[in-house]
Amino acid sequence: MSATAEVERKPLTKKELAADKPTWCPGCGDFSVLALYFKLLQNRGLHHEKFATVAGIGCSSRFPYFVQAHGAHYIHGRALPFATGIAVSRQDLDVFVFGGDGDAFSIGGNHFNHCARKNVNLTYCVMDNNVYGLTKKQTSPTSPIGFKSKTDMWGAIDKPINPMQQAISAGATFVARTTHTNPKHLLSMMEAAMDHKGFAFIECLSECTEFYDGAFDSSNPRKGGEFKEISEDHDPTDENAAYALAEELVPGYFGVYYQISRPTKQDKEAEVNSKFLEKTKGMEDWEILQQNFNKMK
Amino acid sequence: MSDSSTADEVVSEKPKVSKIHEAVIRIAGNSQDGIQSIGGFLARLAGRSEQEVMTFMTIPSTISGGPSIFQVRLSSGEVLSSGDEADVLMAFYQHSYDNHVDFVKEGGVILYDTSHVEPREDLQEKFRHIGCPISSLTVEAIGGTAKDKGKNIFALGLVARMFDLDSTRIEGLITERFKGKPESVTETALSAFHAGHGYPLTTLAEIYEFEDPKARDTEQVVCTGNEALAYGILAAGVRYGAAYPITPWSDIMELLRRELPKYNGIFVQAEDEIAAVSIAIGASWGGRCAVTGSSGPGIALKSEAIGWAVMAEIPLLVIDVQRGGPSTGMPTNVEQSDLNIACFGGHGDSPRVVIAPSSVEDCFYTAIEAVNIARKYSTPVIILTDQAIATRIEAFGMPNLKEVCQDISPDLSPRDDHKPYDLSSADGITQHVAPGTFIKSGKYPVVTGLEHNEMGHPSGSPKMHTDMTAKRRSKLQALGRELPKPEVFGPEEGNVLMVGWGSTQGSLREATERARKTGDSISSLTIRHINPLPEGLEDIFSGFNHVFVVENNDENLYGYGQLCALLRARYCDKKIQGINKADALTWRVKDVLDRVKSKLEENK
Repeated sequence: MSATAEVERKPLTKKELAADKPTWCPGCGDFSVLALYFKLLQNRGLHHEKFATVAGIGCSSRFPYFVQAHGAHYIHGRALPFATGIAVSRQDLDVFVFGGDGDAFSIGGNHFNHCARKNVNLTYCVMDNNVYGLTKKQTSPTSPIGFKSKTDMWGAIDKPINPMQQAISAGATFVARTTHTNPKHLLSMMEAAMDHKGFAFIECLSECTEFYDGAFDSSNPRKGGEFKEISEDHDPTDENAAYALAEELVPGYFGVYYQISRPTKQDKEAEVNSKFLEKTKGMEDWEILQQNFNKMK
Repeated sequence: MSDSSTADEVVSEKPKVSKIHEAVIRIAGNSQDGIQSIGGFLARLAGRSEQEVMTFMTIPSTISGGPSIFQVRLSSGEVLSSGDEADVLMAFYQHSYDNHVDFVKEGGVILYDTSHVEPREDLQEKFRHIGCPISSLTVEAIGGTAKDKGKNIFALGLVARMFDLDSTRIEGLITERFKGKPESVTETALSAFHAGHGYPLTTLAEIYEFEDPKARDTEQVVCTGNEALAYGILAAGVRYGAAYPITPWSDIMELLRRELPKYNGIFVQAEDEIAAVSIAIGASWGGRCAVTGSSGPGIALKSEAIGWAVMAEIPLLVIDVQRGGPSTGMPTNVEQSDLNIACFGGHGDSPRVVIAPSSVEDCFYTAIEAVNIARKYSTPVIILTDQAIATRIEAFGMPNLKEVCQDISPDLSPRDDHKPYDLSSADGITQHVAPGTFIKSGKYPVVTGLEHNEMGHPSGSPKMHTDMTAKRRSKLQALGRELPKPEVFGPEEGNVLMVGWGSTQGSLREATERARKTGDSISSLTIRHINPLPEGLEDIFSGFNHVFVVENNDENLYGYGQLCALLRARYCDKKIQGINKADALTWRVKDVLDRVKSKLEENK
């Protein structure tokens, strides 16, 4: 599709990939995700024009401005359907979607479920900080019960969403959790998600130092916590086992909870189209339309 | 029926044959009686016979049951509206008779099912009543298992006999309609048709024959407004879209879902209206203008995303098939009450293009025009149709598809440099380069809903916001300057100019013709381009003493309908006044003229 002459182009450097200076607060977990996204693109030798970076609204959703490539900063909660549009119409591109917990599980909750069930071929990385950061500390759909915020000054009372379980039950075909404090693990999850054909969902715990300092310390060995990696015995194709593993409250376990192979939305549409294309093979578009008009004579 | 020539001599035992110019036939029954298909057959027959045709239908918003009508106006000359009065009413039930008898022209024919209808004694003089045991004869003809099925085809046979329609052609249409179904289905339908056609209409002293229509240069096609619009979208080169089902928009999405695979396109049924518009915008960003659509409530849900497309300057085609509102309103009725949400339904200053096609044929060409404007000006374009134009059937000339079909594949050729929001561009018009485009400078664009600089990166500068707001405005002002000035129907000077938009065009034109025949100085004007308005309307208005904007919506708090308020805001001209109604039915020609008359009285 691309008319780009494939003259020898060197893999991009980090400098070439970086655009605006990130606007995140010092110590924000999102820096790690950005740095490892660059690493991923470099490792895979992807050039600027071969991928699309899409985000909704939130601190983490500022992502596309920091990446020197085609990017879209869409509206709150709707990054997934927007990305679906580009992913089904431009299957030559790698599509990466970034966002936060509010975007994914609250205002965009419906889209998360449907994108998962349709198995749209794209990678979705949710930087989950368990709080609304951009609007300065309101309760988020993943805030634990008791979390004190500006909208729950006495402590959150609503049961938080369990992203792993929700993704599995909605029909996602790749479900993983990682954390910004373990770059090596984060990169390996991103690579596995990119390699996965279908809807690949990563929940990356990403601490908000400003409004929810220490939220994930119990998983950070440098803060005296324990990084609990999913055991090698776990069978990621076993839906019930994956669901059970996700019972453990955040931060819980890290790694691939669930991964199966199922035809993607794109595959299924192509299958439908192939039957019709056999019949219209060699015809100009206007000739196909003429058939309809002849029936209306 | 307007008799236009002398009646033939009455030959003994044979009904009188009258030559007629046109006829309005209203068929009233319940929605499950297949009334729409009788109308569909008649309309298609007319198209094949080179007659003009226009239909009008109402269906209840329930799944099954409820009164339903289909009206078809056939003519050997031009048909502008679906007709004020019926020459023939076919009533299947008592409620059909009771509710529609007032719609029949004095001296008109009422054909009723004696199994269900008891005609009124006091109306025997006023109308010609012809009873026929439609239900029982249908059962007799096709067997008892088909309870209530086939009645419509039997009735079609009766109509065909009464109007001496080409029964061979109708048989052909019936066979076509049931193609792919078991042969017995076609046979049953044909039996029902023959039974109706052969029924001895002993009380029918007269049958009618249409004059030969004027020969046409082009072949005719017959379809609904929704079909014309959907095929127009395909002709425009659109290959991706997304939507959520809602009446009366759904026909379009179903047709696109069915047809797009032939072009290797994809139409996505989204989980909701917001996802639908977002998927379409995402696909448009991919470099090929995509489509979404809905009806009133769904358009409200899409509003935020449309605002994003205005801000990010992404081409997009949005269809709004209006229905009675607000809220769930009247899903299967007509209303022109979404003009405001289409033009002004965005938060912030977010000008957008709005076009309202005024006939079924216009739906087809408007789709192509809209896509081209969306691409050229890199902005969303909303097409406003309504339930009346969406569901009515009209005949029009076969488009030259080879000529009008276009390829809008993305251009991914490498660029040296690219500024997505270049402020130095002429009239503020810029286009995007799609992902996949290699940009040699290494500087890549971001598309965004935040106020941004020329590269699409966030900017909080007051000057930048001023300049970018002006950019988004000036490109639509440039479009306004390019739009053709609409043509007045009737003389360009006179007492009254009736201004309308969308589906009312036919009624207004017919009203114009009727008024001029009786010596009233009335002309009419259809405004297709609602936002931006074309230049030069003030020159047109200056030729008239009164400008009455006739709309199918409420007069609102200050006495002006939605287009009327827009025109008053732009021209500050007191002679622009509103004629409105909110009964969710199409304008009858007679009512238009009565209201014009009373408005003139008010102005005295």
